[in-house]
Amino acid sequence: MIAEFGMRSAECYEPGAGGERGEVSMNAEFGVRNAEYHEPFAGVVAGIRGALVGIALLLSALPAVAQADEGVLRWGADTDSNAPYGFYGADNKLTGFEYEIIQAIAQEMGRKPVFVQNDWDGLIAGLGRNMYDLVICGIEITPEKAGEVLFSNPYYVTFEQFVDRKGSPPVTSLAQLSGKQIGTLDQTAALTMLEKTPGVVVRPYQEEVNAYQDVANGRIFGVLLDYPIAKYYAAPDPNLQFSGPPFGQITYGMAFAKGNTALQQEVNKALQSMIEKGTMRDILSRWGLWTPTVAGAFGQPEAPSLPDTEYKAFVASHSGQASLWTRLQRYASNWQLLLSATILTLQVSIVGMTIAIAVGFTLAIMRVFGPWPLRWFATLFIEIVRGTPLLIQLYIIFYGLPNLGVLFGQPEIGIKLPPFWAGVIGLGLNYAAYEAENYRAGLLAIPRGQMEAARALGMTHSQGLRFVVIPQSFRLVLPPVTNDFISLLKDSSLVSMVTLIDLTGAYNRIATQTFDYFGTGLLVAAIYLLIGLPFVRLARWTEERLAVDTRKPGQRPGMFALPGLAKKP
Amino acid sequence: MEAPLLSVSELHKQFDETPILKGVSLDVEKGDLVSIIGPSGCGKSTFLRCMNFLEVPDAGRISIAGVTIDCRGLEDSPPKDLEIKAHELRQRVGMVFQQFNLFPHMTILENVMLAPTVSKKLTRDEARASGEKLLEKVGLEAFADRYPSMMSGGQQQRAGIARALAMNPQVMLYDEPTSALDPELVAEVLSVMKQLDAEGMTQIVVTHEMRFARDASDYIVFMEGGHIVEISDEDEIFENPKDERTRRFLGRFQ
Repeated sequence: MIAEFGMRSAECYEPGAGGERGEVSMNAEFGVRNAEYHEPFAGVVAGIRGALVGIALLLSALPAVAQADEGVLRWGADTDSNAPYGFYGADNKLTGFEYEIIQAIAQEMGRKPVFVQNDWDGLIAGLGRNMYDLVICGIEITPEKAGEVLFSNPYYVTFEQFVDRKGSPPVTSLAQLSGKQIGTLDQTAALTMLEKTPGVVVRPYQEEVNAYQDVANGRIFGVLLDYPIAKYYAAPDPNLQFSGPPFGQITYGMAFAKGNTALQQEVNKALQSMIEKGTMRDILSRWGLWTPTVAGAFGQPEAPSLPDTEYKAFVASHSGQASLWTRLQRYASNWQLLLSATILTLQVSIVGMTIAIAVGFTLAIMRVFGPWPLRWFATLFIEIVRGTPLLIQLYIIFYGLPNLGVLFGQPEIGIKLPPFWAGVIGLGLNYAAYEAENYRAGLLAIPRGQMEAARALGMTHSQGLRFVVIPQSFRLVLPPVTNDFISLLKDSSLVSMVTLIDLTGAYNRIATQTFDYFGTGLLVAAIYLLIGLPFVRLARWTEERLAVDTRKPGQRPGMFALPGLAKKP
Repeated sequence: MEAPLLSVSELHKQFDETPILKGVSLDVEKGDLVSIIGPSGCGKSTFLRCMNFLEVPDAGRISIAGVTIDCRGLEDSPPKDLEIKAHELRQRVGMVFQQFNLFPHMTILENVMLAPTVSKKLTRDEARASGEKLLEKVGLEAFADRYPSMMSGGQQQRAGIARALAMNPQVMLYDEPTSALDPELVAEVLSVMKQLDAEGMTQIVVTHEMRFARDASDYIVFMEGGHIVEISDEDEIFENPKDERTRRFLGRFQ
């Protein structure tokens, strides 16, 4: 469903006149993260007044812009759990056979390769946003996709490999899988093949690691996936076996935005040249992926030209159970990633909550005191935003708005927000709806006599609101607002879906790199818990400070008394 | 003779088709203390609230200290006009509520200082000086920094009076000022009102305190069924009520 949305927006995309690479400015695209993640440490917020200063600090710590220019080749991929294509190796450096291929192609073209991370579901849509010039991420060339994007010539040819638990009877045709639960990845040729096989219960996964683990755990019968994935994730596992013949034939191609034929031809030339020089055979041999299939497709000898050193290294680093000490060392070696992810999560949450409070407050005032058009608008906004999933809202803001003009036949019109702002605006507007209802309840809870007293004293309605009603509702709404902030802090994990590497993004990367889901999960959950606590304390402290109106001599601040009730001595 | 400080004529008000005020007229001279009495639901509170436009009358004319609002034809003029006039009128009228309606998030002194700083644009120092003087007048100078919830009902109501006086009103309206108080706390509030009367303040009090009405009022207004039934001298009305309805109502207090 989500994937379809991403694809559709890409389908609609038509570059304007002269939609050549590099002509659309990337100035606003800060927040796109490349392989490095260095961010200055930002100060801790202390006190409500300090919060504004804190936000300014946090914003100033945002990552810098990756500029597009002629000398650069920006390539997009999803490197989370993406061995052997493009992934972060044991030393936390980007590697993989596609990574090496694109380096070689860029070298042939005389350009500097720049990597742009994006989530798998949004990769094609990212071309429409001009986040990068091409995608290289194990995308199969299919007629359907060829209608949406331009493809390069194949840079790898392979087949689908079926994997099941060791000891299962051999599978010779897909028809045998009828009635069984079979896993695969979203948006793959294998998924299409399985869906065309009658009776198969298809289980699409986001990460291949999880699919193979579920086979080993007995949750599903087997997994059908591209040979390179099976070779790297299933072959080293003693509980799993390759079963049956190669199914189908798949060819990987690099994807370009429709209309970008100039770059397509340039890349094809470079690709052809590196194949002829033998660079391609060397790379694929070292990664253990030089098969007769690919040799035949490129018309080159079947024997590998080099030993499969990269494959061996990968298997070695991922085999056996890591000791606790090794795990702790791994976490420690990821401290930079975890720190930058924590800061990003805080940035997103605090800026998002600031937007939510400001917009929510405006909506509440509109709804309680506004004339009917404003009241109507605020009610409609609140109902729509509360009634639709946050993830869909984020996708619409990030991938939908850039193609807004298509609706009016003006494809060049669109709102292209950088990922950070798409994320915080999405979160902020979503939570604004909940905040508005909090504030509305707070405003309505103040007894009518308070406003009457203000009016009788010669204050105007807005003075009465400002000095009498709103300050009293502030204390009332503080507990639910704190609650919402904690909730937003956790929902901020959804911004990892719009290419930001927050704590959840970091969890994905570390867990899939080390296969340590449990330990990494505990670690990241603990970080979420820890960064939430200071805000809970701050809110409680503020609340106690504000509880003057219910306090009696010698009494501790009360939590539940409402103003106006505690009158009689 | 001077024109009365407050003059209401032919006031009508209904809530949801139910008439509450059916043509009420009243003139009050400067310095008078007038008590309005009558059974529950007779319209006396609504009458008082109409005088400073906390309720907007359907028809009638209200004139207080030189500001006159004619409620006829109000529906034809923009609501803004009424808003401006009512605002002007309220600057001259103070009001004290049955439930005090103090601002619970502010200290007593801040309660008294708020309106002058906000709508008279006094500096905080000026407002503080006059606020402290007013708290002294109602005997609360020692409680300036207390929050309302820390005080007794009688103290809160005295603070409510000080808060209303801070705007230098020419007329004070009291809506059952002692009804929410324990009996032993009533006297301290009434004595403040008597003191104001002695200083020449014009006051209109809706009350159930017959003894206070009799002791302190210059005259008494008896209302029933949305009409003023009788306006009498404070002794006269108790000793020798002219109207049968007044006699029946007062009979219950004997």
